[in-house]
This record gives sequence, structure tokens and C-alpha cells, in this order.
Amino acid sequence: MNALLNGVFKRDLALAYRQKSELVQPLMFLLMVVTLFPLGIGPGPETLQRIGPGVIWIAAILSSLLGMERLFREDFLDGSLEQMMLSGIPLFLAVGVKVLCHWLVSFVPLLLMSPLLAMFLNLTFDMYVALVATLLLGTPLLSLVGAIAVGLTVGLQRGGLLLALLLIPVFIPLLIFATSAVDSAALQLPYRAQLAIIGAMLMLALATAPFAIGYSLKVSQN
Amino acid sequence: MWKWLHPYAKTENAYQLCKTLQPYFWGVAVVALVVGTIWGLAFAPQDYQQGDSFRIIYIHVPSAILSMSTYVAMAVAALVGMVWQWRTAFMAMIAMAPIGAVMTFIALFTGAAWGKPMWGAWWVWDARLTSELILLFLYLGVIALYSAFEDKQQAGKAAGVMALVGVVNVPIIHYSVEWWNTLHQGATISKFDKPSIAPEMLWPLLLNLLGFAAFIAAVTVMRLRNEIVRREIQRPWVVELAQQELGGRNAV
Amino acid sequence: MSGLVADNLTCIKQDRVLFDQLSFSLLPGELVYLRGPNGAGKTSLLRILTGLSQPESGQVLFHSEPLNSVYRDYSTQLVYLGHKAGLNGGLTALENLTFWLAQSQLLVSTSRLYEVLELLGLVGLEDVAVRYLSAGQQRRVALARLWLKPSVYWLLDEPFTALDTSGIALLEDTFNNHVRNGGAIMCTSHQPLSERAGPLRCMDLEYRF
Repeated sequence: MNALLNGVFKRDLALAYRQKSELVQPLMFLLMVVTLFPLGIGPGPETLQRIGPGVIWIAAILSSLLGMERLFREDFLDGSLEQMMLSGIPLFLAVGVKVLCHWLVSFVPLLLMSPLLAMFLNLTFDMYVALVATLLLGTPLLSLVGAIAVGLTVGLQRGGLLLALLLIPVFIPLLIFATSAVDSAALQLPYRAQLAIIGAMLMLALATAPFAIGYSLKVSQN
Repeated sequence: MWKWLHPYAKTENAYQLCKTLQPYFWGVAVVALVVGTIWGLAFAPQDYQQGDSFRIIYIHVPSAILSMSTYVAMAVAALVGMVWQWRTAFMAMIAMAPIGAVMTFIALFTGAAWGKPMWGAWWVWDARLTSELILLFLYLGVIALYSAFEDKQQAGKAAGVMALVGVVNVPIIHYSVEWWNTLHQGATISKFDKPSIAPEMLWPLLLNLLGFAAFIAAVTVMRLRNEIVRREIQRPWVVELAQQELGGRNAV
Repeated sequence: MSGLVADNLTCIKQDRVLFDQLSFSLLPGELVYLRGPNGAGKTSLLRILTGLSQPESGQVLFHSEPLNSVYRDYSTQLVYLGHKAGLNGGLTALENLTFWLAQSQLLVSTSRLYEVLELLGLVGLEDVAVRYLSAGQQRRVALARLWLKPSVYWLLDEPFTALDTSGIALLEDTFNNHVRNGGAIMCTSHQPLSERAGPLRCMDLEYRF
């Protein structure tokens, strides 16, 4: 426990704090992508409200792909990862904590920025509540599943684009359920079903992803 | 209970097994495909609504079904490879990937070609076509990941993880897309909503399904043999094999 | 059998056989100097011994048990230093080592930490981000682990790289001490080890095609 808290959690937070600019860049990208849509499609409030949930979620997925490599890449290159694997901490716990850190430093800021995005795209308050709920449940899923692919591509010289190719199809169900939850909220319909499904996917990922991440990191070390 | 499988973890045994199976698969594939296709295209009755254009199902349906099954088979192979640490299982998995991707492409292409007379457009965001498209992306991801690694053993394991992630996702994608489709009311009624299919139409379809499956199996064992030889090129038994082949040719 | 035993290890990298059916043991109280030309598989062998890589066939035994089943015990007895220093460039020497100690679940007092840094000539540099240190200084920070973690097995991949003569002498003395106190070392090096390192056993890996 102490090893996880002091050796992994605090370390990753300290590193994130020192590399703030790297963390801010995906968020700026997100903001800019969202800005492009009113400019490209037209600023009609109704149009924006129609496409808003989809735009925010697509932008969130794309921007998360940009920052995803941070999870293991640096640690892999400088050898910290192999030292961590040799430290005797169960690997699935260690990577679980690393994923938690990644979520805290990359997606919590996104959640904080979400009111701005909702305003830009003219979402109603109900839609905003639904958006936050889907982001809360969906972004940990992005981190967990993304970490598997990062683990697989971390040893490759140019893994960045490949990472996106691997992950985008996998994230499609999340996109569908999340945007449809917000759409339902716009029509004052219940959206618990969508949230429940996203929650179920999150639970499945929580139970299995840490092992898959551990396995993929071992493969990359080989 | 799975003990009989274990000898095939050895590449040499797997190679011999493939060599034995290959002619049978080809035989079944050729017979079933020729009979099924001719029967389906020329002799099966016309559809009372769609006329002759429905006949594309003899290609479309088997390829669509088998594109999904091939992906599942890849995931099973990957799981076997991980659990028992078999190199051959990963090789079999990667041998299946391109043929599965081609099946997916055929299903997409024939689906689009069928869509033209039915919906008046080459591409409609129909639920089945959309999940087929996403399946193609998953296939391409696995293949791209495999080819990105220089060390093919590492590549097999990595692609295996991705195949497993994908196979968990395939049903989720399927249902999410179906649900998305009903929500958006895009396409007309699904083309498979027919209550039943006349037996004269069904038999050639089943034959073609069998033919496609045997064809996939045949190509897979061929590719697996190639993969084994390529990967084990420095092993004594491969060298011996090559000498035998060469010797045989020289004698003739 | 006690110690670390390699049992019929075969390693294939990029479809090239690096070594085949390799068996040996590393016992407490000996220093094994692993030699061989570039590409012979020295690093691969060391990584297999640490458990980071899996051999194609064969296994590594630790106290007669396969590595997987006793990995927690093994990791408390092992220090591995590879080509990569395992130091994050953005963190200072002190932070890097503190986090590493926490990961290894070791309690080391700050004064002891400073003692080791002093021994390695790193005092005054402990709060500089590691990326601003010279290659030799970075190597010294990485080597500090040998003093900080009480362990028996040291698997060292080119530990002398970038070290100056005084650093090499210090490390060789430490080897000698460690072996005399019942430690076991396997190390690769391009320059031969001197007398100071004490008695050693050479193991040669050949380049195979």
C-alpha cells in the first residue's frame, strides 16, 4: 500500500505537476476542435445544440489520444518501468494506480472545462448534467482501455498514430451511448439506461484492463 | 481433456497437420462453392420483391457471417496462445487476420452493391453495414499492430491482446450500432427481417456458407504453413524439409 | 539447489537464435563476468534472469523454484541495472531514489541516503534534475541502488559505462566486498575487470548466425 501510494501515485503526480504544459496541450486542442465546429457548420444555436454532445465527445476522445502516450512512454524509455516491474509490487495494482493518476491529471481538468464547452455549443442545463454524468463514467474507461493500447505500442518507435488507429474503433460504443444519453436529456427523456451501460462497460474494464495492461507491458519488455 | 491438442504447439507437428488438412479444405471449398454458387445464381427461384438482385446474398451473407466468426476464431487462438504459451497459436491467429479482413471487405462491398437497387444509394448507414465497417477497422488495427513490430513473436502477442480487446467489443459494437440506428431512424427496414426463407433459396446459401468456411480454413492453413517456415527458417527440420523438396524436384 | 539457476535457456530474437540450451548457475559468493561480442545476447540473458523477458524455452530457478512462483521473494533479493538508468530526467537524484525505494518497500533514512550520495560524489547535485547531470553522474545515481537495497543478487548490464577511473575503482571495490559478504554478481562489461574486483568466473557467449 505504502509502495503504491509513495512510490507510484506521488511520483506520477509530482511528474505531472512538473510537466504541466504537456497536460494543458490536449485540453487546448480540445477547446480548439470544439471552436472549429461553429465556424465550420454555422453558429445557429439549434444546430449547435443538435451536434453539441457528439462534438464534445469526439473532441474529448481525440484529445485524450494525444495525451495517452504519457501513461507509459517516458517510463519505458528511461527504464523506470522495468525498475517498477522488478520492484515486487503486483503489476496490475501498479498500473491501476498509474491509470488513476492519468485520469486525475488529464480528465479531471477536462471535466472542469466542460461548462465552457457546454456554453459554446449552447447545451441546456439538463443536457449539461447528462454530459457531466457521461464524462464521469466514460473518461475512466478511456484511460483504462487506452492504457492497454499504450502498453502494446510503447516499445514502437512511432506508436502515436497506430495508437489512434487501434483505439478509435474500440471507443465507438462509448461515443454512441454517451451522446445518446445527452440527446435523451435534451428531449427530457430518461437516460439511465445509457448511463447503466456505460457503467457496466466501465466495471468490465476495471476488472479486466489492469491485467491486460500488465500483460501488454510484459510483452513490450520482451 | 485438451491433451490431444498439445503436440500441435510444436511448430513441426502443426506444419504436418496443416499439410494433411489443406487438400481436404480445398476440396470441400471448391465443391461447395461451385455447386452453391451456380445453384444460387442460376437455379434458385427469384425473390418476389427484389427479383434477381437478392441473389447477392449468396456472397454477402456467408462473407458477413464468417467475417465475424473469423475474428472470434482469432481471439480464441490468441487466448490459447496466452494461456498455454503456444507460438503456433499466435501464428494461426495472424494467418487468419488478412483473410478475415478480406471477408469483411467482401461483405461491405456486396452490401453496398445490394444497397444500390434497394435503397438507391451505394452507402446507407445501416446497422449491419456499420458494424461490419467497424469490424474492418478492428481487423486493420490488429494487422497494423502486427506489422509494426520487428520481432514477430512479440508482434503476435501484442496483436493477440488487441484481438481480445476487439472481441469483447464486437458484441457491444454490434448492439450499440443497432440501437443507434433505430434511434436515428436512418435506414428502412432491415433487409433480413423476412419472416422465413424458402428452402430452395436456403440450401445454396448453406452450401456457400460451408464453402466460404472451408475456403477460409484452407487459406489459413496455407498461410500458417508459410508463417511457420518463414519463422523457423534456421531450424534443422525446416532445412531438411527444404532439401527434400529440392531433392524431389531435381530427381524429376 | 540454492542460488539462481538457468536451466536449458533458449532465446530467439527476431528469429535469430541467440543462445540454445544454456544452463549455468549463479551462487552466492561469486562474481560472474559475462563476455561476448555485441549482439551475442548478453543483455537478453540478463533480462531473462531478472524475469523481465521470457525465454523461448527453459526456465530460471530461484532456490529451486521457477521464477514466477517466487517472484516477490526474488525481487527483494535482486538489483538489476540495465542499459537504461531507470531515472526520470525531470526528477532530482534524491526524488528518483526516494520513489524507487518506496516502490521497493524499503525504509532508508535520509541520512543514509545522503551518505550514499556522498560516497558517490553526488552531494550538492542531489536536488538538480537528473537530465542536467553528466552521463557519468547519472550512472552514479543509478548505481546508488546497489548501496541502498540490501540484496544478494546483482545483475548489472554494463555498469562501468561512462564512469571515470575513480568511479570504476569504487565499483570494483564494492563488487569485491559484496562477493565476500555472500553476494552474487553477474555483470557484463566491455573493458575487462581489474584485479580489484576480486576473483571472478568468466562466461562467454558467442555470436551465432
